[in-house]
Amino acid sequence: MIELEGLTKHFGAKVAVDHLSFTVRPGVVTGFLGPNGAGKSTTMRMMLDLDNPTSGTVRIDGRHYRDLAEPLKYIGALLEASKAMHGGRSAYNNLLCLAQSNRIPASRVREVLDLVGLTAVARKKSKGFSLGMNQRLGIASALLGDPEILMFDEPVNGLDPEGIHWIRNLMKQLAAEGRTIFVSSHLMSEMALTADHLIVIGQGKLLADTSMADFIQENSRSYVRMRSPQRERVLDVLRAEGLAAVEAGSGVLEIDGATAEQIGELAARHQITLHELSAQRASLEEAFMQMTAASVEYHAHAAGEHKVPAKAPPGAPGAPGAPDQPGQPGQPAVQWGRSYEERRRRRSSRKGA
Amino acid sequence: MTTPYQQQGAPGASYTSPIPVRNTHLGDALASEWTKIRSVRSTMWTLGVMIVLMVGLGLLTASLVAAADPDLEGQSVLSLGFSGVLLGSICVMTLGVLTISSEFGTGMIRTTLTACPSRGRVLAAKAIVFFLLVFTLTTVTTAIVGALQVGIVGGEPSGEDWFRATVGVGLYVAALGLLALAVGALIRHSAGAITIMIGVMLLPLVVAIFMFSESLRDVQEALFQYSIPNQIGVLYDSAVTTSGPTGWQPLWIVMGVTAVAMAGAFALLRTRDV
Repeated sequence: MIELEGLTKHFGAKVAVDHLSFTVRPGVVTGFLGPNGAGKSTTMRMMLDLDNPTSGTVRIDGRHYRDLAEPLKYIGALLEASKAMHGGRSAYNNLLCLAQSNRIPASRVREVLDLVGLTAVARKKSKGFSLGMNQRLGIASALLGDPEILMFDEPVNGLDPEGIHWIRNLMKQLAAEGRTIFVSSHLMSEMALTADHLIVIGQGKLLADTSMADFIQENSRSYVRMRSPQRERVLDVLRAEGLAAVEAGSGVLEIDGATAEQIGELAARHQITLHELSAQRASLEEAFMQMTAASVEYHAHAAGEHKVPAKAPPGAPGAPGAPDQPGQPGQPAVQWGRSYEERRRRRSSRKGA
Repeated sequence: MTTPYQQQGAPGASYTSPIPVRNTHLGDALASEWTKIRSVRSTMWTLGVMIVLMVGLGLLTASLVAAADPDLEGQSVLSLGFSGVLLGSICVMTLGVLTISSEFGTGMIRTTLTACPSRGRVLAAKAIVFFLLVFTLTTVTTAIVGALQVGIVGGEPSGEDWFRATVGVGLYVAALGLLALAVGALIRHSAGAITIMIGVMLLPLVVAIFMFSESLRDVQEALFQYSIPNQIGVLYDSAVTTSGPTGWQPLWIVMGVTAVAMAGAFALLRTRDV
């Protein structure tokens, strides 16, 4: 269990991490998401006591990192790949010196090398390793102390599909053993496959701390996707029912505010031929974009609001009047749903023209 | 995405490793640092070159003196080892810097401090391992070179001469290396720290040589006296200057400077982000 309380980090005038409070619980994979520069790595470094927080605390099983007797047996961490080992030293020796500092037997070094599949190159200098091999070496170092808590910073970066698959399964397996897994990523699709719980940050601020399912439910729209040869009739019928349809190209209509069952029955009542009808749920990627778009947009406001109209030029073809100014300076920063709605409206008006 | 959320927060589910946890101490950090220093190529290179320089130059000067005129005008025969030690100490400084700055350069320092969050312990272990390694190697090499020189040139150095030219020089060179290690920890950049150390070693002498003005005579004298080459010479009783530090004094001076630099390195490493 890792507890963060009011964790804050300033780099000069820049606030990298801003009063971050959350708890990482055991037995699940917790995904730590945020766009590049959101403060993920800084937060992880503070959790490992590498960076000193400006204020706030991190507790690992109730203790400060510095008070852990043999930290590798509590926490294993994969830091930025290939930037955490001495390239001139062999894989075996790189791990051995870590093991010795925590009184882990040398036999365990061979064990973890075997586990990550690096036994054949154990005596080779890690300088010549590929990105994937370095990543595996980093994971071996994290697993060295057989720790209860594992932290991975962007573990799938630079890995081939086989390696990505391996890491995914490894993380799930480690979590199933009751370990606490904390993994950072900016790849939403990757998190969708591994994480059970999500912590999203943007510009150092906590945006969400929720289960994966709840996150998607709250932050994305569900809609019905439909394809029909009788497009005009469908549009008429939907309009009559008061349902909004958006054309998504190649004859596909996206309908909000109704279930697939309702649309299906509606089509049957009007004897409309359907080629496709399915309920769609926005992906994590989409939900994430929606959430962080708000924090990015806020950033643009702060820099100067004249930038905002540039996004949707007033003279843009098919733009029915200027869109609402998306928020005024000084307004609350977080207006997630809104920016998404705007993009959608813009898109629909463009398509409809 | 399909995993039911109910699993989350299941009480008492946490994992317990079969590997027992014991309190680590400085000894574990020493073992770790010993593995580190012996497993990189730069150790072999710098110390290898140091030994080659000390033995090679020591024997060369001895045989040249023996061939020309074995009369050393009252100087100890052991002072013939001076040039080898002077150049060898540059290798030691390089290794001292690299011992710590390479960790910063490669990012290994993050892994090291994750494994051992007590930063003071990490730096202490590095310093101890490095100091003992350099001290042992230098003392043994100077003893061997001294014995060979006595064999080639002849002469009977006193016990005091022997002690200062072996253990004294060993301590001096190791302390100089430790100063380089402290500078490496402060600068955290290999090239920068090595340049600074070479400057510290040679600049006072070079500046002093070109101080022609009469009004700067005192400054020039002090620069000569306290330059590192001259201090090493004092340990051999063959200093360029006649006044200034004598006997064991150079050792106390370098140890004092090193202690201050190490204290700074400890203080900064403790507070800095890595």
